[in-house]
Amino acid sequence: MITLSRRYRFPAAHVLAHPALSDDENERIYGKCANPAGHGHDYGLEITVAGEVDPGSGQVFPRERLDALVDERVLARFGHCLLNDDPAFAERVPTAENIALVIEALLAAEIARQPGARLVRVRLEETRKNAFETGVLS
Amino acid sequence: MSRVRLTRAIEFSTSLRYWNPDWSEERNRARFGPRARRHGHNYRLEVTLAGEPDPTTGMVMDLKDLQDLLEREVMARFDHRDLNRDTPWFEKEPPTPENLARVIHRLLADALPEGLLHHIRLYEDPDTFVEIAAEASP
Repeated sequence: MITLSRRYRFPAAHVLAHPALSDDENERIYGKCANPAGHGHDYGLEITVAGEVDPGSGQVFPRERLDALVDERVLARFGHCLLNDDPAFAERVPTAENIALVIEALLAAEIARQPGARLVRVRLEETRKNAFETGVLS
Repeated sequence: MSRVRLTRAIEFSTSLRYWNPDWSEERNRARFGPRARRHGHNYRLEVTLAGEPDPTTGMVMDLKDLQDLLEREVMARFDHRDLNRDTPWFEKEPPTPENLARVIHRLLADALPEGLLHHIRLYEDPDTFVEIAAEASP
């Protein structure tokens, strides 16, 4: 199996608090991350696509298309935003786990439109100390 | 005994241009953009082996032997070379990280004791890398 990965960054704010829970309960679960005023991170995002190497271009997936896709679907949508305001997080807390799953859902179908290509890993680095991965690659 | 994975990294610098000799100059420039011009990269290669530690030495492979092998198979062939002009692998296909990783994976799979190579990860730059694994997942 051969995969291509590209790394991106976006800064975003979030509040870890479930709207159905009280402030006290949210603080008990999320600690300082429940601060209602919010806080933010420079998220590092790594997207990994598996596929066949095209004999002509020598590429698994056109680099420019992947960049444009991630830029349009993810970076433009979540960069410099309060994630809680996005409809994707209306009913789920924007933890890094959920952000990774949302990004996976936003990109998977678009990437699969190229024959043979599939999104196999999304890695989201919330800080230099925390990283979260989804997908079939460990 | 349990299998253990070990990773050794090396870095090498080359010049190159993405170029498919079967294509016209216009098509190469349209498809590869600035990468069709001669440029260079600091590649980082991470080689991961998997095996059972030797009962006496406690090693999957002696790191000195692995380093010597990487010097011989990779550094001597690629470091401070031009991928298009100084190596025999890119006369017919462009030296994308996908194609370069496939060449390196073949060289290492042939040079290492059978079954030891688990996967390789080749960074073309800090934001772009290719992984190759012989098995279903790297």
